[in-house]
Amino acid sequence: MKYVDEFRAPELIAKAGEEIRKLADSGKHYRIMEVCGGHTHAIYRFGLKDLLPSNVELIHGPGCPVCVLPMGRIDDGLSLAGDDNFIFAAFGDMMRVPGTHGSPLEYKARGMDVRIVYSPADALKLARNHPEKHVMFFAIGFETTAPSTALTLKRAKAEGLRNFSVFCNHVTIIPAIRAILDSPDMRIDGFVGPGHVSTVIGCRPYHWIASDEGKPVVVSGFEPLDILQSIVMLLRQLRKNEARVENQYKRVVPWEGNKAALRVMEEVFELRPYFEWRGLGFISQSALKIRPEYAEWDSEQRFTVPGVRVTDPKAAQCREVLKGVLKPAQCKLFGRECTPEQPVGALMVSSEGSCAAYYNYQHLKPVTIANAAF
Amino acid sequence: MCLAIPGKIIELDAQNANLAVVDVVGVRRKVDLGLLQDDSPVPGDWVLIHVGFALSKISEADAADQMRTLTMLGEAEAAMQEVRGYGLEHEEPESPGPKVEQ
Repeated sequence: MKYVDEFRAPELIAKAGEEIRKLADSGKHYRIMEVCGGHTHAIYRFGLKDLLPSNVELIHGPGCPVCVLPMGRIDDGLSLAGDDNFIFAAFGDMMRVPGTHGSPLEYKARGMDVRIVYSPADALKLARNHPEKHVMFFAIGFETTAPSTALTLKRAKAEGLRNFSVFCNHVTIIPAIRAILDSPDMRIDGFVGPGHVSTVIGCRPYHWIASDEGKPVVVSGFEPLDILQSIVMLLRQLRKNEARVENQYKRVVPWEGNKAALRVMEEVFELRPYFEWRGLGFISQSALKIRPEYAEWDSEQRFTVPGVRVTDPKAAQCREVLKGVLKPAQCKLFGRECTPEQPVGALMVSSEGSCAAYYNYQHLKPVTIANAAF
Repeated sequence: MCLAIPGKIIELDAQNANLAVVDVVGVRRKVDLGLLQDDSPVPGDWVLIHVGFALSKISEADAADQMRTLTMLGEAEAAMQEVRGYGLEHEEPESPGPKVEQ
């Protein structure tokens, strides 16, 4: 297996760019949303925007779990794990995300036991290794990550491991798309559907977007050619006034998703009546909570959660950027008060956040990238 | 964090049927196969791994594609750091040092 190749198929990339220019009606302006933060990252990294005609605009969606998590949830999680008998475990992505009184990493510097784990299974292992402490796993992520947390909870219950719990912040992508489509200041013509989320949920959950809302959806891979081909597929549908769900990422995404993963999610989680999303506000049935059968392993059912609500710093315009109303660089704080080193808003923290992606790659042009990367 | 990492199943764990050793660019770690119970992989199969769990079976060519994508995205190092960090049978996860991000 070869791991690093040349930029794959540059002639096909050029061809796709040409096809997009041909398909895009010059009298129209197309607004296409890439839902997934991984796609946002790829679009900036590869300078794909520069390959598109000016009337094909990419709007960055809400699919970065770190970015949409309200600050109050971080405060809640950190306050629960505040005493000496706790270990706060979370993915590395969470460590620099600011809460009101600092990020998990800053709490660590003040003496709290904070650990980075790369898998929920490792948080469970911490609990096994530290029977004298309570390990709280601060879970974030869309449907890509939620099944792993669910299975970990099943394992904890099966083992009867009582010094482990999950502070669950898992969210689901479909209600977020619905909120965006319902939002009066948004006009989206079609969606580049998430790749790895769809590995789990499959393509069926997007059907209503096509059938009820009349917007095409193309589930896409992450290579430059994948994303450009997906835009070609969307424009072809729009040209013919069609709205269907297509799967550009067939090599990885089965139409039906991963049923075993869906089953374990169903067994362990239920929908929350509502959940707050940074930038989008409260969205009904948009997040997962742990079922009562697993109450003992649910940090929120087992401990008292303060239920902190924090409004984002006024000057930061994360909300507008998250909804695609403003481009990252149009935010007043972008690149000055808010940088990846000193993030004010969450969009600057994660490499999948549109602000960080824009900040890191804004100076790169597609050709430079092609040369520099290889 | 929604990007998955490709790996090859080397052997199934004799003690725990849920676990298998995978090889990701020469780094071997145990991952959980519990989410693939409808279509369990066998040694020699390639899988996409996400946060320590195999999420789907893929072809070898797709595995190569995915690794190339991670490399192009500048995420290959972070992915390898993630894989090296899987601690199902190794040292327990370390406390974060001064540099925690990729």
